[in-house]
Amino acid sequence: MTVRFGGQVDAVALRNALDAGTGTVKDVVEECLARIAERDGELHAFTRVEAECARARAAELDAKRASGAALGALFGVPVALKANLCWKGGIADCSSKLLANYAPPYDATVVRRLLDADAVIVGTTNMDEFAMGSSTENSAHGPTSNPWDTERTPGGSSGGSAVAVAGGMVPIALGSDTGGSVRQPAALCGVHGLKPTYGRVSRYGLIAFGSSLDAVSPFARTIRDVARVLEVISGACDRDSTCLPLPPFEAPQPADPSRLAGFRVGVPKQCFPAELDAGVRACVESALQQLERIGCELVPIELPHAELAIPTYYVVATAEASSNLARYDGVGFGVRAGSELGLQEMFAATREAGFGEEVKRRILLGTYVLSAGYQDEWYGRAQHARTKILGDYLQAFEEVDLVAGPTSPCTAFRLGEKTADPIAMYQTDLLTVPASLAGLPAISVPCGTSAGLPVGLQLVAPAQEDGRLLRAAQAFELATDHHRALPPMLLGAQA
Amino acid sequence: MSATIERDGDVWVSSRTGTRWHVVCGLEVHAQLRTRTKLFCGCETSFGDPPNSRTCPVCTGQPGSLPVLNEEALALAVRAALAIGADVAPWSKFDRKNYFYCDIPKNYQISQFDRPYCTGGGIDLPSGRRIRLHRIHLEEDAGKAIHDRGTTTLVDLNRAGTPLIESVTEADVTSPEDAFDYLTALKEILIYVGASNADMEKGELRCDVNVSVHPAGEGWRTKVEVKNLNSFRNVAAALEHEILRQIQAYESGDESRYPVQETRLWDADKLVTRSMRSKEAADDYRYFTEPDLPPVTVSPSFLERQRGMLPELPAARRTRYVRELGLSAYDADVLVADRAVADFFEAAARISGRPKEAANWISNEVLRALGDAQTGASTIDDLPVKPHDLAELIELVAKGTIHTAAGRTVIREMLESGTAAAEVVERLGLEQVEDESQLEDWCRAALEGKDAIVADVKDGKEKALGALIGPVMQASGGKANPQKVREILKRLILES
Amino acid sequence: MASSDEELVRRTAELARLSITPAEAAHLAPQFARILEHFKTLSDVDLEGVEPTTGAFGLRDVLRADEPRASLTQDEALANAPERIEDFYSVPKTIGGDA
Repeated sequence: MTVRFGGQVDAVALRNALDAGTGTVKDVVEECLARIAERDGELHAFTRVEAECARARAAELDAKRASGAALGALFGVPVALKANLCWKGGIADCSSKLLANYAPPYDATVVRRLLDADAVIVGTTNMDEFAMGSSTENSAHGPTSNPWDTERTPGGSSGGSAVAVAGGMVPIALGSDTGGSVRQPAALCGVHGLKPTYGRVSRYGLIAFGSSLDAVSPFARTIRDVARVLEVISGACDRDSTCLPLPPFEAPQPADPSRLAGFRVGVPKQCFPAELDAGVRACVESALQQLERIGCELVPIELPHAELAIPTYYVVATAEASSNLARYDGVGFGVRAGSELGLQEMFAATREAGFGEEVKRRILLGTYVLSAGYQDEWYGRAQHARTKILGDYLQAFEEVDLVAGPTSPCTAFRLGEKTADPIAMYQTDLLTVPASLAGLPAISVPCGTSAGLPVGLQLVAPAQEDGRLLRAAQAFELATDHHRALPPMLLGAQA
Repeated sequence: MSATIERDGDVWVSSRTGTRWHVVCGLEVHAQLRTRTKLFCGCETSFGDPPNSRTCPVCTGQPGSLPVLNEEALALAVRAALAIGADVAPWSKFDRKNYFYCDIPKNYQISQFDRPYCTGGGIDLPSGRRIRLHRIHLEEDAGKAIHDRGTTTLVDLNRAGTPLIESVTEADVTSPEDAFDYLTALKEILIYVGASNADMEKGELRCDVNVSVHPAGEGWRTKVEVKNLNSFRNVAAALEHEILRQIQAYESGDESRYPVQETRLWDADKLVTRSMRSKEAADDYRYFTEPDLPPVTVSPSFLERQRGMLPELPAARRTRYVRELGLSAYDADVLVADRAVADFFEAAARISGRPKEAANWISNEVLRALGDAQTGASTIDDLPVKPHDLAELIELVAKGTIHTAAGRTVIREMLESGTAAAEVVERLGLEQVEDESQLEDWCRAALEGKDAIVADVKDGKEKALGALIGPVMQASGGKANPQKVREILKRLILES
Repeated sequence: MASSDEELVRRTAELARLSITPAEAAHLAPQFARILEHFKTLSDVDLEGVEPTTGAFGLRDVLRADEPRASLTQDEALANAPERIEDFYSVPKTIGGDA
């Protein structure tokens, strides 16, 4: 029997079927590669499909099962990695010309943990260059398309991983979320995307964008899968000083997972701004009513400093990025330009030739806000504003258990629609950056469609309450069918 | 025409103008901490290894890698701070210093900017002057860029990420001699507390100088930084040269020759400093808090633990040796100069109860064996002779079992073979002959035909006995007790 | 004539080692100015007495023991280097000489 997962079987079910002796990892991997071959020409979620590597791994895992050894928590599950996660044997080019063919000499902690859990990495996925963008259009590999409408973007920056899952090519994928780079594409593609508490998952091996914000974050079609991935990749790491010294995550096992009795859900006025798309507003309001029906109490709250979130985020993230990306100078790795020039001129030529426009824009912005004479006014103030934003949440969580609202102010936009206007593009991060600045766990769960395009409900929990967050997301999932909705292109495949 | 400049203490006097020039100088010293591994990764610190053989994703700045602070580096840095009486900050943090160069793989150096781990403190020089410290901070070293091979620059990152402490003095240094003495004292302290091996030849200690001159009574003038100083002697020589160069430049009256704020390199062959590059306004390090490293607190208990690990420092030891143990200042200096030697001395002195003798044996015999091909020992700890072995020898001499001259033979044998003193004495038959009749026989033989000496002694000139003792000792093969020989000779002469 | 925004962009680009062309500077300068203008809310808010947040929420004293771990081999370390001579990274010389 062939194990099918093209939108129907989640990772946990797949793993359990294999554990029960149904099918082989080889079948699973071949099925996965076939789906990619069939759909990715159109969607372009993958930057590289590591078919041979995946097949060799499948053989290894089938042998392991035959030997009677205990099977890992993701045994035989195909996984896609965003191209900013380091793994030996893969290419982590961050969708940048500058890092073309960069073959990391080490595994990211999350990659090691996926492999230790017997997962199969099938390839790397497209992204906005160095995770800078909200549409996966800033890529040296060209854009990725949204499976719900291939004329539209999947969001970003982890658009490739979102589409790999939404397009039924893999059951789970890892992305990275700095200011919404997993939650926003999850919303625009109709899948789950969890940004865990900052530090809950090791960043070692995640190629840095904004170090104080970056979070390795999973995509999946079910909350059970989200929880399973978090269980595998979370936990203390002695190679990341900012990783919390906690044991791996354990998903809560409530007596009645379908009810959220007594949960107080804060609904911030600031999450429903004037520019919010009407269809998004309708879906989210109906989702909030659904939460009420399963026992939640909705509480209107304020996040008074929300308007500071976008400037604060862009100042902090670009400042850190300007320094994090200084290493791409054509000495130790990457593609050198200007070999015939002097040393400093070679650095500049390499960076000029290798970086795309958005990356240059952000490096400039980040360099500027840190430079002498401007640092106090910009970077300094942003750090203080960040404390205010964090304070808003701390205050809110005195009263409520969760904060809820839309993930993105709009549904999937057309390819090219916002590329000419950086501010319009930055503005799409409006609703996701506050939780990033505060280091809080946040998830986007599918909550319906508007004009045939998915809408995401964002839930935010207090720091380290990833369990509470997933418990609420699961109750919502059990009460609705939104996560089962498939893009039209997959409906045919289902038959 | 250049004026002649003469020294009047710390003032430099121009013969032409009579201007009395004062010197303002501060020193920045980078010292490599004596850890096994680098500051932020588990690579072993390296010297002389094949290029790029001691690197990992962290110290090569591979994308995605992250730093984790080495606890021992912090402990050693704190110990160094305590040893110079500095204030260790209750908390400190790391910052990124951003600049582009091929030997810093991330193009930022992890350093400490506005919250260094320690401030203040100072070192008292033998001259009685005190050099105050402004601050010390922890940072990672750069790799090595090699420029003298062909048409390209080669980069070796083995050194990248090595832990350093950078100490910055106040501008209290007023002469080349101060600079030399300060560095000598600082190096001694760093070695003493085990914070650094401070070997300048291996680049474990590096010094930059900031210096300016101004006429007495006037304000400070433009300071110049001098780098590439690879010995204390070079620091003093470069400083002297730079002071003279600046005074001559000002005295020329030609403003185009006046010192400018710049970095100059010392050329140890030509004995001159030459301009490297002007400190451009474009130098903007954009320091900001390192987001990859949480702040570091130093708890009172951590501080006390480190304080408990501090040895008695050189200056205190020196004083105690002279005042309490009665050593000469010279012997005290010799012993204290190396902590291991001083520790050896203290143990031998304690066991034997004879500090002066222990000091004599160590400075005259034991230290001579260091660097000696026969012992193959470069430090006192490498020698086969341990403090209790030396104490045993001291006791044999003190009891009169052997005399001092024989003792020298014994210690040399001990140093070569590691044999215990008593065993050497027995094997070589060096035990003093105490037998009266045997001694008398040798003395009588020596007196044969020495009537003139006998007459002198009878006249009360006891000194004349000396000429007889030598032959007796020779006849005894060095084993006669010289004290007894003297007594017997005297008795025989007076009885005759 | 270049605007002061263009001059700012050029100076910042130099600091960031980006050799942008005059055309790029002209294109980026107004964007840059608009972005900063858009971010001005940051200057209006009262932040008196607020502590900065720099990340690593609440963590402190994350230290590791001074124990060696395996280094990369020379070939692993140099595998991604664009130019290598023997076991060194190779780079152009600095114009005007190096320290």
